[in-house]
Amino acid sequence: MNTPDQLRYTAEHEWVELQDGVATVGITDFAQRELGDIVFVEMDTLGRTLNQNEVFGTVEAVKTVSDLYMPVSGEIIEVNPKINNNPELVNQNPYGDGWMIRIKTNQPQEWDALMDAAGYRAHTGQ
Amino acid sequence: MESNPIRKTPLHASHLALHAKMVPFAGFDMPVSYSGIKAEHLAVRSACGLFDVSHMGEFRVSGPGALEFLEKVTSNHVASLFPGRVQYSCMPNGRGGLVDDLLVYNLAPESYLLVVNAGNLRKDWEWLSSHLPTDGSVVLEDHSDDTALLALQGPRALDILQPLCDVDLSGLAYYHFTHATVAGLGSVLVSATGYTGAGGFELYVPSNQATQLWEALMLAGAAHGLLPCGLGCRDTLRLEMGFCLYGNDIDETTSPIEAGLSWITSFKKDFIDKDLLLEQKKNGPSRRLVGFVMEDKGIPRHGYRLCDADGLEIGKVTSGSESISTGRYIGMGYVTSEYAAPGSVVFVENRDRLLRAVTVRPPFIPSQGS
Repeated sequence: MNTPDQLRYTAEHEWVELQDGVATVGITDFAQRELGDIVFVEMDTLGRTLNQNEVFGTVEAVKTVSDLYMPVSGEIIEVNPKINNNPELVNQNPYGDGWMIRIKTNQPQEWDALMDAAGYRAHTGQ
Repeated sequence: MESNPIRKTPLHASHLALHAKMVPFAGFDMPVSYSGIKAEHLAVRSACGLFDVSHMGEFRVSGPGALEFLEKVTSNHVASLFPGRVQYSCMPNGRGGLVDDLLVYNLAPESYLLVVNAGNLRKDWEWLSSHLPTDGSVVLEDHSDDTALLALQGPRALDILQPLCDVDLSGLAYYHFTHATVAGLGSVLVSATGYTGAGGFELYVPSNQATQLWEALMLAGAAHGLLPCGLGCRDTLRLEMGFCLYGNDIDETTSPIEAGLSWITSFKKDFIDKDLLLEQKKNGPSRRLVGFVMEDKGIPRHGYRLCDADGLEIGKVTSGSESISTGRYIGMGYVTSEYAAPGSVVFVENRDRLLRAVTVRPPFIPSQGS
């Protein structure tokens, strides 16, 4: 199970990387394995400002559907354009080409309360 | 939970050695996938897949009263069987619904094998026991624990199995079976059946020989593109064929007429619910199980509402998935009869949105032959 040390994590299995007030968000390696083959990712929220824990999209896998939650509050300024035609990127490279959205954060202190890698590993029992 | 520990099939260690993703299913710790549902699904359609379905239940029914007993408790015409022939059937529950669906094997005169769903095993046993004649003319035995079941499914199944087998399988027609020596194991029941629509065989062996058979098939299959396959693709494969899954598409509240199982409901004989089902067939059921293909983007899921264009409920989705072979999104569900004709427009309610779909008659993929 791959859980990079430099990222932060949510209980809903999203990872977050924060750089200059912009959070890049995806789902974790653990999450993509649990979901199995992803069929498509639906994200209609580009340009919207959402609060932490609000739904920004859904992942449809062969066996199940799962909501995607905002790990931090802010405006969604970018949605990964590659995922629409290549949802398998989320399975293949969840921390790289499989990233999902970029958020211009407006509550930077929320980042500090997210789990670090050790905390997330404990959370998933890995 | 201590009284119901999770159960393991005889092949459990093999699944762990292959790093299968394991899930609890019908009380068993079962492999849902090994390399991934899509890869396994496509392997079955184009080459071959090997499934452990040893969780399924096996009952033996024998004795001079066996035929009469099975005619009464199952819907299909048991008298049309002969040794070497299998039939798909179901057990009506006396209230217009179904106790289970099953396979009935005619092993020998007055001797039958019933293969039932793992999740219904105890219920089926009690139901069958309660209908046994009191004169001792029928013996019912549970062989579920000492029987393993492997499914070798796909167009390359014959190429993989034949070199291991002492009986010519090329002439074994669909829904027929034979006894054979396979990989040195002398008592294998080889059945030209399956739940995938891809052709192939189901192999019944004593539990203590399961690992030897599994390993022999995996080895023989390596050159033919054989993949070990889990319950995940078993479900996507059967859905592409429109095969019913008990607990999803059929249950204690659905009749075989509603479910499109008239073809396994024989009115040439007396059986439980005969009069009720005959009337339903004559008058037409008020709802029917249909297949549908999504026109809008979305995957239908079990329990989603099926609606008319105004959002009024006309039924429920019972199964849904991506059709991995075609990339389309497909489902099955019950609709009121006016929407049952192929080509009817229906809508799947998905999170407050109505997604357009069109009903079709399954299978959802071209026939592969079997």
